[in-house]
Amino acid sequence: METEKDLNLEATELRLGLPGTSNESAKNTTHRSNKRALPEQPMSANIDTASKNCDQETAQHTKAQVVGWPPIRSYRKNCLQPKKSEAEMSGIYVKVSMDGAPYLRKIDLKVVKGYPELLKALEDMFKFKAGEYSEREGYNGSEFVPTYEDKDGDWMLVGDVPWEMFTSCCKKLRIMKGSEARGLGCVV
Amino acid sequence: MFWGSRKTINMNYFPDEVLEHVFDFITSHKDRNSVSLVCKSWYKIEKYSRQRVFLGNCYSISPERLIARFPGLKSLTLKGKPHFADFNLVPDDWGGFLYPWIKAMGKSRIGLEELKLKRMVVSDESLELLSKSFPNFKSLVLVSCEGFTTDGLAAIAANCRFLRELDLQENEVEDHRGHWLSCFPESCTSLVSLNFACLKGEINLASLERLVTRSPNLKSLRLNRAVPFDTLQRLLIRAPQLVDLGTGSYVNDPSSEAYKKFKAAIQSCNSIRSLSGFLEVAPRCMSAIYPICENLTFLNLSYAAGLQSNELTKLIQHCRKLQRLWILDCIGDKGLGVVASACKELQELRVFPSDPFDAGNAAVTEEGLVLVSAGCPKLNSLLYFCQRMTNAALITVAKNCTNFIRFRLCILDPIKPDPVTNQPLDEGFGAIVRSCKGLKRLSLSGLLTDQVFYYIGMYAKKLEMLSIAFAGDSDKGMLYVLNGCKKLRKLEIRDCPFGDAALLEDMGKYETMRSLWMSTCEVTLGACKMLAKKMPNLNIEIINENEQTESNLDDNQKVDKMYLYRTLVGHREDAPEFVWLL
Repeated sequence: METEKDLNLEATELRLGLPGTSNESAKNTTHRSNKRALPEQPMSANIDTASKNCDQETAQHTKAQVVGWPPIRSYRKNCLQPKKSEAEMSGIYVKVSMDGAPYLRKIDLKVVKGYPELLKALEDMFKFKAGEYSEREGYNGSEFVPTYEDKDGDWMLVGDVPWEMFTSCCKKLRIMKGSEARGLGCVV
Repeated sequence: MFWGSRKTINMNYFPDEVLEHVFDFITSHKDRNSVSLVCKSWYKIEKYSRQRVFLGNCYSISPERLIARFPGLKSLTLKGKPHFADFNLVPDDWGGFLYPWIKAMGKSRIGLEELKLKRMVVSDESLELLSKSFPNFKSLVLVSCEGFTTDGLAAIAANCRFLRELDLQENEVEDHRGHWLSCFPESCTSLVSLNFACLKGEINLASLERLVTRSPNLKSLRLNRAVPFDTLQRLLIRAPQLVDLGTGSYVNDPSSEAYKKFKAAIQSCNSIRSLSGFLEVAPRCMSAIYPICENLTFLNLSYAAGLQSNELTKLIQHCRKLQRLWILDCIGDKGLGVVASACKELQELRVFPSDPFDAGNAAVTEEGLVLVSAGCPKLNSLLYFCQRMTNAALITVAKNCTNFIRFRLCILDPIKPDPVTNQPLDEGFGAIVRSCKGLKRLSLSGLLTDQVFYYIGMYAKKLEMLSIAFAGDSDKGMLYVLNGCKKLRKLEIRDCPFGDAALLEDMGKYETMRSLWMSTCEVTLGACKMLAKKMPNLNIEIINENEQTESNLDDNQKVDKMYLYRTLVGHREDAPEFVWLL
């Protein structure tokens, strides 16, 4: 009898977020959203009261995950840590497609801080290698080329413009493959 | 038949007006409630002369019944959501809506003049209706409320012609930047108190200056972050009579003209007794404040994250008359030592965490508290967030300060034992309740067993509110409290092993209390149902956020969140789907 592990369902599982992130963010969507909540870590963790008598280490490990603790008004919490909530609230999610792949993925451009991380994330997501980037020649050494659709609807090579400009005008990502890619990659 | 030997005088010989006049001197709610129970005639006189009503739970009575009971109502205080809603334990749409109250009072021609709300959902619509329904409306105080925007404030400003007080404390307000402040008409000159510190958006500075200029009675002014330093300086020149000041942005260059002008302006503000704000602060500018420090009785620096311990202590050393101090824990234990030596009149101390999620960073420990207790014998109210606490320290504090009315201790690591002895903190808290016979409010934290509840039940005879988290071993703990604390009004419990036996042992007890909150405990649905069945004067609410329907859950399953409260009007009509009324 094949177990779930053998079927490797996780690999083909359709999920939001980068590879390597856990399922807990999916669980959160069924909970009531709380407008005043500081976006904290997974809400479901509660300290196991049965083990609390001697397990101080567990307490220290899970303390950051306890909802409503420490007991401070959300207003005050938000005042002391405004940067955190701002950053977490505005993710830049763009669709990523790869030629030949059966379905698309999504990636948060705010989480990857720059091009190297972006390329690594894409490589992990779709299991490919992008090749060396140079301004002159584009991506050398691979039949896969990362491209993006900008605000004008044009398909551009990833990596040419400064990162901040890229995150503000990138609408979609597409990993081109084969001859089409070579054509783009070789444009000077 | 000995009528002739009767010695008592029948008070009803006096006309009603005389009794009414006598009752005018009886101001406490409790006393007035007692007066109304004496006899029918006193009930009637008290009923029509009653102007101030306090409802600790807005669902304990309906607006219609309140209006029928006290038709002369002028001043109303309403509290909505349970206290733990402040810490995100209650979903947003749970309840506590203001609108039905305004609608009912407006229709009944109640001459409402003052409204104070805590943890209520206040819509713009309700604010607008409020502003149009009560021509004599004078005072609006909103604490920890939500649901409104600056548009609602604009309606209040525009329509309440005799507004004296608009006081917004720690509310979540959506800022539409609609120049609400400019909606105060030129004819409005009655303002005594204006507090908009919690607003996040821009303010029309010119309007603010004009408003302050035409408000000669202004005593309390608390600005938000968007009000810059030079505006503050100009406002102080216009309002030297201020008693309570909350600065906006307090950032400037000490060598600038604006700074010099500010120093001059503040010198003439010798009525200021209360100071707060400093949401943005340049430490080098703090010395301008020193001249007014010697008269301060209340100092709130709990949002001044930009001030380090040495700057705080330099300031506090000038505050010899301070009675209430709210501060961040970056003051450190040493800084608290300075407080102890400088502020001999101190009655209330609140130390908030500057880094709530990293207990290791909390700069205050048991040492700071011990120092303050030793130096400030008048201390009676404490809220203390700290990294650690010991039994020895608490025992010392209990010896030094026997006057505590409020004692709220929050050790950031929720089940941390005494780090020196590795024991639970039962003995420490036991010492506090034994020593402070007037204790009314207590919040516990740290590692605690049933023993601490034994002490509380035994000694905390005046206790009215108790907050418990991650404590106790068994039902016995909760039972000690329910049986021993005769004056208990509010009990809130989270993450404790208290279950059905404790809940059901004395069901009548809950009719003597305002409310009970239990979340993530061992209480089952079946027990809650039984309680609801036996006690028709209680509302038992189950808050269930997991999208299960009532029929899916069987009686043996534990409920996640239960809130019960006494009420005269049965189930409320406005409960959302995820709240089950048993």
